[in-house]
Amino acid sequence: MINALLWAPLAFGFLGLFLPRRASGWWAVLGALVTLAIAAWMVFDFDSGSSGLQHAVDVSWISGLGVDYSLGVDGLNIFLVALTALLWLAGTAFAAFREQERPHLFFFLMMLAETATLGSFLAQDLLLFVLFFDLMLVPFYFLFGAWGSDRAGGPTAAAATLKMIVYTLVGSLLMLVAAIATAIISADGGHLTFSIAAIQQQGIGVDSQRWIFWFFAAAFLVKMPAFLLHGWMPDAYRAAPLPVLLVFSGVLAKVGAYGFLRVVLPLFPAAAIEFQEVVLVIALASILYGSVMAFTQTNVRLIAGYSSVAQLGFITAGIFALRADGSDGAVLQMVNHGLVVAPIFVIVAILVERTGTEDIREMGGMALRAPVLAALFLIIVLATLAMPGSANFIGEFYILNGLFQSKIVFALIAISGVAMSAYYALRLYQRTMHNRKPDGVASREIGLRDTLVLGPIVLCILALALYPQLILQRTAPTVEQTVAGVTGGNAPEAQLARK
Amino acid sequence: MTFNEPHIDYAGISPIIALTVGLCVVLLSGVFKPVKRWAPGLTIVTLAAAAGLLIWQWGESKDLISKALRLDDLAISISLIAILTAAFCVLLSVREPATEEAGSGEYHSLLLGSVLGMVLLAEAQNLVTFFVALETLSIPLYILCATNLRREGSLESGLKYLIVGSLGSATLLYGMAFLYGGTGSTNFDGIALGIADRGMLGDPLILIGIAMAAVGLAFKTSIAPFHQWTPDVYQGAPTPITSFMAVATKAAAFAVFLRFFDVALGPQVDDWQPALAVLAAISIVVGNVGALGQDSLKRMLGYSGVAQAGYMLGGVVVASESGVSSLVFYLAAYSFMNLAAFAVIVARERETPFGDGIRSVRGLGAERPLLAWLLTISMLALAGLPATSGFIGKLYLIEALVEGDYTWLAVFIAVGTMISLAYYLPVVAAMWMRPRGEPAAGAAPAIAGASPDADPIDPDAGRRLHLLAPALLAAAATVFFGIIPQPLVDFAAHAGASLF
Repeated sequence: MINALLWAPLAFGFLGLFLPRRASGWWAVLGALVTLAIAAWMVFDFDSGSSGLQHAVDVSWISGLGVDYSLGVDGLNIFLVALTALLWLAGTAFAAFREQERPHLFFFLMMLAETATLGSFLAQDLLLFVLFFDLMLVPFYFLFGAWGSDRAGGPTAAAATLKMIVYTLVGSLLMLVAAIATAIISADGGHLTFSIAAIQQQGIGVDSQRWIFWFFAAAFLVKMPAFLLHGWMPDAYRAAPLPVLLVFSGVLAKVGAYGFLRVVLPLFPAAAIEFQEVVLVIALASILYGSVMAFTQTNVRLIAGYSSVAQLGFITAGIFALRADGSDGAVLQMVNHGLVVAPIFVIVAILVERTGTEDIREMGGMALRAPVLAALFLIIVLATLAMPGSANFIGEFYILNGLFQSKIVFALIAISGVAMSAYYALRLYQRTMHNRKPDGVASREIGLRDTLVLGPIVLCILALALYPQLILQRTAPTVEQTVAGVTGGNAPEAQLARK
Repeated sequence: MTFNEPHIDYAGISPIIALTVGLCVVLLSGVFKPVKRWAPGLTIVTLAAAAGLLIWQWGESKDLISKALRLDDLAISISLIAILTAAFCVLLSVREPATEEAGSGEYHSLLLGSVLGMVLLAEAQNLVTFFVALETLSIPLYILCATNLRREGSLESGLKYLIVGSLGSATLLYGMAFLYGGTGSTNFDGIALGIADRGMLGDPLILIGIAMAAVGLAFKTSIAPFHQWTPDVYQGAPTPITSFMAVATKAAAFAVFLRFFDVALGPQVDDWQPALAVLAAISIVVGNVGALGQDSLKRMLGYSGVAQAGYMLGGVVVASESGVSSLVFYLAAYSFMNLAAFAVIVARERETPFGDGIRSVRGLGAERPLLAWLLTISMLALAGLPATSGFIGKLYLIEALVEGDYTWLAVFIAVGTMISLAYYLPVVAAMWMRPRGEPAAGAAPAIAGASPDADPIDPDAGRRLHLLAPALLAAAATVFFGIIPQPLVDFAAHAGASLF
């Protein structure tokens, strides 16, 4: 079943190459739907009491090099897999409703990207993880570069994409070296294996952990992107086609945060404790910088982009609280953030279609004749700013709670990020929906097609707001185990997460 | 009077005999008009026969001709790579003006002569056979580079290669003289014995010899800073010959590099290891930086070849079984990805008036999606992205390097790969992301390599099977071994086991 989940998108994408032009989009939507169905079944089938791997597959792939084809779901990745499947369905449906150039190739690449992303979430072998992590870049390179828009007075789409690829590959190539070093050091002349569980059991020396930690951290922090490593983000976000940006921003940034939980904490616990404060400083800088940039930018894409920098800063801070509740909140918040940032890009696309600009200074009054659009947007915005009652509030609460108990100074600074998020989210809403409507801009209600794309995501936001335990209950056992591996004991406050 | 005939292992030298006979037949076929057209076919038959005989000998491990040659899996695997590349080169040479001008018989027999040299070089375990094989390999190539008689660039390339190549050979020969002087033996194991047993370990005589031999080999494998000839020669030579040089020469030279350093100079390993590691690092940096901003695809691939040679040298540096295996794996993977690229470049050279400039592939994704896919796969593989054999090759090399305590060189490979994206990806971008560049109406294209009497344009070149089939095969192999690498890993592991 897990194989079907992983390869279904690619199989659909490949077959879609041979269909007539007009059918290829809907065929891809069908593929994404099938994937989502399998993912939903897995969530339903998930044994919430267990912290171990479920639906695990483990066969030898390149025996000479010790690489296994090893997949599995547990509390860390099950909801990220579901999020991936959901957002990809939204992205492909959104693209299929609109005319695409060279649709065969576009939807093939979209589906390839889904398989690669699912692969990096599911992989339980270090090298397989690195492989999928790098593979994700290939389809996005083409999608951004060939279907993106050149910016007048700025870099072309191809140039912006190249910058993104070079940035992210710097990290991931060093990660390849680090992964191989990890396996060789832990094998210590014995049988070479890249299995994450096996390496965790054997453990590696503290001295080696120090440099390997940073090789991995670099890859993950660039992907997020974190402050100082975000240089690729503004150009790439402005060049990217919106349906692709939707999945990119919604899911790919989480792969970095997920990597910390899946790889860094279990394999390099000593280094994680040693460098806890350094990473927290980076995370806080991301929160502050991302928030400040988000409320000074005027381009709607960049507002969403910088707000992601801030949110990912929160998630990183939660993980590096090195406490179970912080990491619980981080996992929940990863899902929440994916669920709010993706619909924001859908709405951005709708607004751009109506106003012909991406600048919020030239927008306004869009709510005038579009109450449904405004209501949907309002729900999303309130979730973004972590309104009490939303699942984002629970997520941020857990993160801050964890941070308070481990590093109170950092927590106090992080709180300012919560306040700033209210400012930039409401500013985005007001400037676009309220205020005076510029001349020549029509306020139209959201169409049925876009409602079909937005509706399910907003329903998920509402459902999680009512019942966040759905995620917390299932993730807590695995998260506790992961964090206990670092701190060396099962902290009592971890019970909080399960209550 | 009795005559004791020496034992001759005809089975072992059968591939060499096949190539020699084939060479003579092909040369003679060029003389007789009715069979002139058969030269490419006869060449393919010869190569197939030699490949078949080599595969028949797979798994053998024996000394030939009183220890002048050694037939083992390393020699066989490298010879197979060289033969495969030569077969591709024959296909790419169909309809190539250079073939016509030089005479089809001569052109193909020279090619076979070079292959013969490569097979000998891969088997050489004696200084004399080593040198003779290297010259057998090189001299036909000097001529082949200059076969496009009407193009100045081609002649220049041949001359340049001749001068630089001779310098390299001379340096190597000088180094060999020192080694022979120091150890009193020309056999590789005799040299090892001489260094270890006669108290020559660390003797200046030996060290000078090693240094000069390394420099000579670095010339042949185009390792920086001895690479200056590479871009010029690659650009000027007829493209099928460039593809042959880029892949086969490198493979054969690395085979002897491995055997010479790991077997003959094994006792001196602590001295040459760091030196070669530094050479590899320099090569990675110089190659990758040099390739940036190159407009000619062949020049770009020339510089990229310098960088890739640096990666591969890592396999020699660690002097271990996994080092040899990873190098053989990388060479095999490298040959497929390069051949796919060169086949597409040949097709575009004949289709457009832009020669091998990057303009020739602009808009290829819309115009010829199949060709664009093939070149894309090749570029992504050269850049080492996953789902291609390039990724597995890098993985294998880095694993060998980290195991051999050369993690810093592995980091160099990672950083070099990162730089390399900045010249591989623009080729991909040109194919898929920009509109097609139209030539200025009426004006003769003013680009490198195209003279007023440029080769006639063949608008259907990209659809011809003799170009498409090899490109497809090479790209398919690149993807296949990226997803199911086990067969190639086993192949390389056999080769690695034969030295240690």
